[in-house]
Amino acid sequence: MAAITTTPGAHHDDVDPNASFLEKKGLMSWLVTLDHKRIGIMYLISVAIAFLLGGIFALLVRAELFTQGKTLMDADTYNKMFSLHGVVMVFLFIIPSIPAAMGNIILPIQLGTKDVAFPRLNLLSLYVYWFGAIFGLYSMINGGVDTGWTFYTPYSSSDPAHGGVGTATSVIPMTLAAFIMGFSSILTGVNFIATVHKMRAPGLTWRRLTLFTWALYATSIIQVLATPVLAITLLLLTMERFLGLGIFDPRLGGDPVLYQHFFWFYSHPAVYIMIVPGMGVVSDILATFSRREPVGYMAIAASSLGLALLGFLVWGHHLFVAGMSEYATMVFSALTFLVAIPSGVKVFNWVATLYKGSISLQSPMLWALSFIFLFTIGGLTGLFLGMLAVDVHLHDTYFVVAHFHYVMVGGTVMGFVGGLHYWWPKFTGKMYEEGWARVGWFFVFIGFNVTFIAQFIMGSRGMPRRYYDYLPQYEIFHQVSTIGSWILGFGFLVIGVMFIRSLMNGKPASRNPWGSAALEWQTPTPPPTFNFVKDPVLTRGQYDYQLATDDELYEGFDDPLFPGLRGGKAPAKKAAAEGDHG
Amino acid sequence: MLSFQPVESDNFQLPPSMADTAPPIDKAYDFIFWFSVVFTVAITAALLYFVMKYRRKPGVKPEPTGHFMKLELFWTITPTIFIFFLFHAGFTGYIRNATAAEGATEIRVRGKKWSWEFEYPTGDREPGELTLELGRPYKMIISSEDVLHSFYIPEFRMKRDAVPGQYSFIQFTPTKAGTANVFCAEYCGTSHSGMLATVKILPPAEYKEWEKKLGDCQGGEEECAPAKWGERLFVKNGCPTCHGAGGTGEIGGSKTPGPKLAGLFGRDENTTAGPVHVDENYLRESILRPNAKIVAGYASVQMPPFVMKDKQLDAVIAYIKSLK
Repeated sequence: MAAITTTPGAHHDDVDPNASFLEKKGLMSWLVTLDHKRIGIMYLISVAIAFLLGGIFALLVRAELFTQGKTLMDADTYNKMFSLHGVVMVFLFIIPSIPAAMGNIILPIQLGTKDVAFPRLNLLSLYVYWFGAIFGLYSMINGGVDTGWTFYTPYSSSDPAHGGVGTATSVIPMTLAAFIMGFSSILTGVNFIATVHKMRAPGLTWRRLTLFTWALYATSIIQVLATPVLAITLLLLTMERFLGLGIFDPRLGGDPVLYQHFFWFYSHPAVYIMIVPGMGVVSDILATFSRREPVGYMAIAASSLGLALLGFLVWGHHLFVAGMSEYATMVFSALTFLVAIPSGVKVFNWVATLYKGSISLQSPMLWALSFIFLFTIGGLTGLFLGMLAVDVHLHDTYFVVAHFHYVMVGGTVMGFVGGLHYWWPKFTGKMYEEGWARVGWFFVFIGFNVTFIAQFIMGSRGMPRRYYDYLPQYEIFHQVSTIGSWILGFGFLVIGVMFIRSLMNGKPASRNPWGSAALEWQTPTPPPTFNFVKDPVLTRGQYDYQLATDDELYEGFDDPLFPGLRGGKAPAKKAAAEGDHG
Repeated sequence: MLSFQPVESDNFQLPPSMADTAPPIDKAYDFIFWFSVVFTVAITAALLYFVMKYRRKPGVKPEPTGHFMKLELFWTITPTIFIFFLFHAGFTGYIRNATAAEGATEIRVRGKKWSWEFEYPTGDREPGELTLELGRPYKMIISSEDVLHSFYIPEFRMKRDAVPGQYSFIQFTPTKAGTANVFCAEYCGTSHSGMLATVKILPPAEYKEWEKKLGDCQGGEEECAPAKWGERLFVKNGCPTCHGAGGTGEIGGSKTPGPKLAGLFGRDENTTAGPVHVDENYLRESILRPNAKIVAGYASVQMPPFVMKDKQLDAVIAYIKSLK
């Protein structure tokens, strides 16, 4: 295979390759940077702002539901709040959160390369994301949307200004925002696929990739294949609303169920764009804090690809009560259950990794363990919804809301925040206060469960979702859920303050504070612009803790992965049997 | 204001079971629930046990990870077997409920923003209230007049989207007399959460009595004074979701999507078709063909047309006239 060398671009000429990537100051040094780490940090700040905004919408939704009838706002405002919560959280936060923000920072370092394959494309993807976000903000300033994040037709596409039966809100700018941000997602995906294929350091075979890299690789494939379908769908919706083209609106000769097929053909795979990277983060954290190669490394990697594939075959389970034939329903139910297999494989292997490990319960590990617990509940409640008979009852109730929050928040957000704790020292060069990190984790974990367990119960008791008002028998569950949301919000506040304090006066982080064997921890903290002082050559895998000496096992690998750098010796091959188990 | 009776259930997680469609679904629900409980407890117990037992201790090394082909195969194949059972349990219940009984009574269900209307085989239409006979098989033919809705009766565990431009069906036989709720389960705009109806399941004798008076006012003489009956029809048709309770034009202090009706009668109004004097004929037209002359400032939300018998129209108009 022809090796691709990472030739520095012209912009890099004035850079001291050994200086920290954070060294250069000034706004322009950020806005025109081609450094994947800086682009990643700008993504990180953007998604953090989106998370804050989406979180405020969520707290408002929960506050309104605290009592029956009107609590804070009227029905139209409420409908906009839950729609904006969904739109912002899905398109602006969760899809770019782990891949574009964290993946950008970490992936090239884990591959031992200087940058992604197409650094300019990488910067473009950020600008496209911002450009899309501007459309989203424009829509919000114009009154927002009240369609839900799903933009179901004909409500979204039939404009009352032209005699239609749908919404009068600012739908076109918001769908265009999602349309544009889709391109950002595609560009990141293309970039990561090329980078993983072509830019791995010498010695970094496919079997030595981290599971985070594998997860991002699987995610990128979905991003590239599924997102165009969303783009086409949203464009058709816009044309129907704007030009009166009859695609989805039966009054114009269209079919509203067709929209649902198109929409979920993207949006179900998108669920795996959201969750698979979180699984990757958890796999890496578990390895580091158990000092052990994950059990079933290849099984976990393959199950990421399995989920990416299966994600394309199950969109129909969103339409079980929408008017599909009984045969299609049957096939989609059967295919949906297949998702349980790779998901189960991951959970079993993670738990097995803990067995006979050397487990440290530092804050990243707390998030990773919470992920396993919450994702197990999220996955199993997915089986309720995959069972046809049960889905007929639970569809579009709060049970579904609780289920996907267990997957998206209990899964992805736990993975994201855990990853943030895990890699924070590496890319900021600062430590945070472990005590506060645990306090924040505790409130988030408790608050999350209180919020959404209440929603499971009211959902199975028949409470439909997206309701501004409700019958008296559901009030107690709504109140518990709202109180949970305050605990959850407080937990995130603690974490936010903790990270800001760390930036201002955190203790400097060492090269490898967790003592990890993975490649990103073998380079200085924060990494130099080209990631490594010298091009790395891998002589061992990134989870090979069995090669560590007694001291290294707890203090971190002292030997760099690659010979000749900073006076390190090539790691001596040691038989595992030599290790003293006493 | 929502004013349905809270219904007691014998199962904490599920609403009461009031139709033949509920038991198969409850059975499947219980199966998957206990399956999930066992699984979650096992995973969590193993996780917590390992975390405690293998906490980092000085001098204790982690065991290098080996290859466990048999173990991997075991936990790939075992869930594969389980999911066959889960699929089967869900599918049989679904197919059972998807098959109509012979000779089921057909009732048309029409969803429109934001009310439900039920049309009986006699051609009589009843808004907001579905009256069923205990033990009689029914087939609902569901349609929508505007956007997507979803016809959902939690007590029957049945749900089906009302899709404009097509019909969808559900079938059931009520097995318990009493009251159940109809919800709209597919988001449909401003008053989605107000798009409710009541299901009344009557024993055969009471049902016969009710059926005789279908389409007429039910109740005593005083309750059936035109304005009184009109008020009930006004509520049942879902008018307050857009015009406010009592036609005040307000819900919780904010303006409703439809204009204020109190004090409307006898006034002159500006409409999309020019100035109009509000009399009985204008009210009648605005109920039957609401979009002919829309009051200025209210044209952005379109009211769906309502179909009523003349007697019913008279009563509703009498009620609106009485609103001050």
